[in-house]
Amino acid sequence: MAHGQVTVFPQPWTVQARGLTKAYGYQWALRGIDLELRRGSSLALFGPNGSGKTTLIKVLVTLARPTGGEALIEGHDIRRDAQAVRRAVGVVGHEPWLYEDLTVQENLHFYGRMYGVSDLPRRALAVLEQVGMDPYAQFPVRSLSHGMRRRVALARAFLHRPRVLLLDEPEAGLDQEALALLERALAQARMDGMSVLIATHDLAWGLALAERAVVLHRGRIAYDSGGTRLDAAALAATYRRVTEAAP
Amino acid sequence: MTAILGKVGAIVWKDVLAELRTKDIVLSVGVFAVLVIIVFNFAFQPGAQGIGAVAPGALWVAVVFAGVLGMNRAFVLEKERGTLPGLLLCPVPREAIFAGKMAASLLFMLLVEAAVVPLFGVFLGLPLFPPALVPIVLLATLGFAAAGTLFSAVAASSRSRELMLPILLLPVLVPVILSAVGASAAVFAGEPFGEYRTWVQVLIGFDVVYLVLSAWVFEYVVQE
Repeated sequence: MAHGQVTVFPQPWTVQARGLTKAYGYQWALRGIDLELRRGSSLALFGPNGSGKTTLIKVLVTLARPTGGEALIEGHDIRRDAQAVRRAVGVVGHEPWLYEDLTVQENLHFYGRMYGVSDLPRRALAVLEQVGMDPYAQFPVRSLSHGMRRRVALARAFLHRPRVLLLDEPEAGLDQEALALLERALAQARMDGMSVLIATHDLAWGLALAERAVVLHRGRIAYDSGGTRLDAAALAATYRRVTEAAP
Repeated sequence: MTAILGKVGAIVWKDVLAELRTKDIVLSVGVFAVLVIIVFNFAFQPGAQGIGAVAPGALWVAVVFAGVLGMNRAFVLEKERGTLPGLLLCPVPREAIFAGKMAASLLFMLLVEAAVVPLFGVFLGLPLFPPALVPIVLLATLGFAAAGTLFSAVAASSRSRELMLPILLLPVLVPVILSAVGASAAVFAGEPFGEYRTWVQVLIGFDVVYLVLSAWVFEYVVQE
């Protein structure tokens, strides 16, 4: 190695959060989250309503500013380098974030232009094929069912080839066929090297998709399976134990 | 810079396309402005002596009230239809999002004004669209769109959105409205530019202040 040359090893973490807190007024939604997600791995985030799952995703993707603590996404600070974080993440929220008066294709073209996606028409078609929505490209979003909108939302999240996928209850309102498509799309994303974080209420489904389970309760991590593989029954028992415990 | 302008253009394209399909903003704002002008037409005798003194005020009342109606749709629609987080997640500076939304609102308002101002002239027996009025309308609408877009984002986060926007926006717009009325009165009276130069300078000054402050504050308004 030449003198002064530095070898940079790729950072193994795609998500690193330390002491992350978020308060809405006097209400604490997150009370000190320490979480690390290895690049290319997957994590299922469980927790009852109001446990902080959605807030954690919002904070990690820069939609909400943390009250305290710090977090890095793909090495980018969520406070100081928000644009780089936004470029690195693909997000599916509770709402599909699609413009109803525009067609499916126009929606993807709009988001593609905003993300600076190259070869946009071809890429938009490819992600629509991935979620089985290519026959509906010219349909206005307002004419689509809830499940179809969720699938287009997934296509929107894939569009700019993100490094990390953060999905907030992506299975909500999907029929069996759409669910199978979602699972295939997520498996493909994993094969493409993406990291995946899924927030869900469905323990068995989340466990089947992710190699690690984390349970949030009242804004804290109440359980982290780490490298331990759990079956659905063991996770259900653990989930009951930690979420029924006193704060 | 070209890339940022491209993203501003994408937002304008998206808003214009949605508006072409629904005609939500232009129709409601245009109809409201025409209704206000018709009311003024009954209140004042067209072509009467002294009409030039009250007409500019009436014109800008119509434009401002109709504009508030349109501004209510700028961010409230994004909020109500749940598309705002998707827009805010795009890897572009917040200023670009502000500029895109503002440019679209500016375009819709100018479109309505292009129809309303001559109509106003017809009803009140004034010149249809004196060329000297063009820069005044442009400058006043720019200031209105800058402050209006910011306060539309503020109002979108509050519960009583429709009520909140005029309460917040109208006091801030007083200098722009006063200058626009003053300059328009001089134009309708056929006075030379030197007579209303100060009003135009005030308009330019407030446009710059509104543009800079609104673009700067916008980030804090949309952040949870």
